[in-house]
Amino acid sequence: MKKRILSALLLIGLLCSVLSGCGDGSAAAGSGEQSSTGSSTGETVQGGEITVGIAQDLDDSLDPHYAVAAGTKEVMFNVFEGLMKPSPDGDLICAVADHYNISDDRLTYTFTLRSGVKFHNGETVTADDVVYSIERCADTSGGAPLVAAFSNIQSVKATDDHTVVITLKQADNEFLSYLTTAIIPKDYDQQATAPVGTGPFKFVSRTAQDSIVLERFDDYWGQKAYLDKVTFKIIENADSLVLSLQSGAIDLCGHLTSTQVAQLSGYNILEGTMNLVQALYLNNAQKPFDDVRVRQALCYAVDKQQVLDLVSDGHGKAIGSSMYPAFKKYFMDDLTDYYTQNIQKAKELLTEAGYPDGFSMTITVPANYQPHVDTAQVLVEQLKAIGVNATIQPVEWDTWLSEVYSNHNYQSTVIGVDAANMTARALLERFTTGNSGNFINYSNADYDALFAQAQATGDEDEQTAIYKKMEQNLTENAANVYIQDLADLVAIKPELEGFQFYPIYVLDLSGIHYVK
Amino acid sequence: MKRKMNGYLLAGLVLTGTLTLLILLGFFWTPYNPTAMSGSEKLLAPSLWHLMGTDNFGRDIFSRVLKGAGTTFLIALCTVAIGGVFGTLVGALTGYFDGAVDSILMRLNDAMTAFPSILLALVIISILGGGKYNVILALGLVFIPSFARVTRTAFAALRDVNYVKSARLMGAGSARILIAHMLPNTMQVLLPAVTIGFNNAVLAEASMSYLGIGVQPPDASLGYMLSESQGMLGSAPWYALGTGLMIVLLIFGVGLIGEGLQRRNGEVD
Repeated sequence: MKKRILSALLLIGLLCSVLSGCGDGSAAAGSGEQSSTGSSTGETVQGGEITVGIAQDLDDSLDPHYAVAAGTKEVMFNVFEGLMKPSPDGDLICAVADHYNISDDRLTYTFTLRSGVKFHNGETVTADDVVYSIERCADTSGGAPLVAAFSNIQSVKATDDHTVVITLKQADNEFLSYLTTAIIPKDYDQQATAPVGTGPFKFVSRTAQDSIVLERFDDYWGQKAYLDKVTFKIIENADSLVLSLQSGAIDLCGHLTSTQVAQLSGYNILEGTMNLVQALYLNNAQKPFDDVRVRQALCYAVDKQQVLDLVSDGHGKAIGSSMYPAFKKYFMDDLTDYYTQNIQKAKELLTEAGYPDGFSMTITVPANYQPHVDTAQVLVEQLKAIGVNATIQPVEWDTWLSEVYSNHNYQSTVIGVDAANMTARALLERFTTGNSGNFINYSNADYDALFAQAQATGDEDEQTAIYKKMEQNLTENAANVYIQDLADLVAIKPELEGFQFYPIYVLDLSGIHYVK
Repeated sequence: MKRKMNGYLLAGLVLTGTLTLLILLGFFWTPYNPTAMSGSEKLLAPSLWHLMGTDNFGRDIFSRVLKGAGTTFLIALCTVAIGGVFGTLVGALTGYFDGAVDSILMRLNDAMTAFPSILLALVIISILGGGKYNVILALGLVFIPSFARVTRTAFAALRDVNYVKSARLMGAGSARILIAHMLPNTMQVLLPAVTIGFNNAVLAEASMSYLGIGVQPPDASLGYMLSESQGMLGSAPWYALGTGLMIVLLIFGVGLIGEGLQRRNGEVD
């Protein structure tokens, strides 16, 4: 029996020594802060390989037209390209297309394909492939088209081997942005398991729950990538992620919190924005959130600045609607303070709505995203002040995707929603009634009408004004408790350079290289 | 039976008593609100104001340790209660009544023992979901077999002892014999088993919550806090130290009591 006690003590001792062993060398947080993308200081080296840490597996789909998760699109950005692609400045540049021409009535788009663009399987991209890719996303036989904006397409035709003509039903200022939709080879049915695109990296393998391997595509049409091979290591446990970084096993990792970054040494820390609309998303179809007063009460209960202070030492930008500051044209900073913490007001609203003593709610959070878990913890504490007793339910990422995003089987969740491209539509369309991305079940007739107006108008300024009204609609009706566009802290080994932040949620590896 | 105090028992009682008092105090009063966050007091080192420092949300760790220890203590206590009561029941029945009852119950018992206990608890948790009460239920069930085994031996040994035989001859019912005559005499086996069970329960709860499948926030238990502190080992080592120390002291104290009880009973290996 004495042995049991001894072994218990030994176990604890062992645990302590293991834990302290992990902490070795990390106490001195000598991470050099660097806020820009870093200017080149050494000689660029061609080749080499890196390991990138990511917090989620690509559970949804590797097929670019079916992927929904921001984390999946972020990785596959390196594999796929559309006719156009986004630049780090937020502009559109030609990718598979060499140049294009828009008719005066803005209904006909003529694309001339870049000659010699190859798919990763070695075949040359033809106009037929482009037509196939666009028609696949515009296809309505399975219900809504994969890309909603493509429902405006009248016809897609290949007039010759390298010319594609797209005709629209009505003029659409944002249409070009949607042509970042991936071009994939015609009649290739393995996209979901062995994706083939035209990007600077080709897909090699995916080991579920473990890693994704990409290799440089040597026949890339443009500036070829520097690195030979990139391994995305999936580490869903936030603590393991930090341990892997501390051990130096990971060369590059984004989306870290300031607490995590404080543990690291031997990395350069770059700061950008996450380009996500982080909010406490509320299932508007479920009680008690079907009552606008309850939703507003929650908005009044939250102190966004405190969330920023606690989760990321004040980094990040508070927001008030489904738009983040990188969208300079559409972002309305005056909505940020539409609701400021006012406990009295929140309690009044709850009393009006019939919850004078508050209520209990569940916040479902994907456990692999530390910033969201931390945010949820702060919210739980803040909501206590108005008598709302929130419980956090951590779930695995694939559970989140199926239960929350697809089945809408949740009460509230903290997550960041990204934009597929640099249009307001990419962020705002999802909240129209019945949209497949409308996981909060928001249904507002005014909002739907505004969206229809925005699509109908040909005038860009008018369209911008309507989009702003839509943002305002979301804020006034407290569709969600909007929090912030998170600061994106990226840890990168000092011998690596060329990292670039984008105004959307992508991780561009093509420019990253070693320096001597 | 000798009713003598010994050093182990005394030290164990003092240590456990002090901790229990602290934990009881924690139910009613903590120096700070254990969940109150403060942006200006993040990751402070231990000081007179914050005995164990503060965490990444500016929460006072000492207050949280008190609350967390309370949760852990409660879970361990309930676990041992479930395991002890049902285990003793099974042990008494199988030990006293030979034959079919014994065979069936003990084979079931063996089947349960065949699963590693944490694994079994994991299965139960994954079916029922996490949270404080499910952890208690899962661990309680898992702890039944070990208690059953220990008490069965004790009851079996007493079955043919003379005073039991005479009670039976005098016409006492089985229930009376089991409860009034035999149970008090199994205490010297049962009590150390309870102390060991308690310690195992503390560790089991801690490891389950550490793995993220036990107690969920905003409830804090020592295991959960330990897993939380892991991410801050570099910037706030005092978090892991304070929490770990509490687990060590808790187990050490109860372990000493168990050891003392056994020494008092004169069965030291």
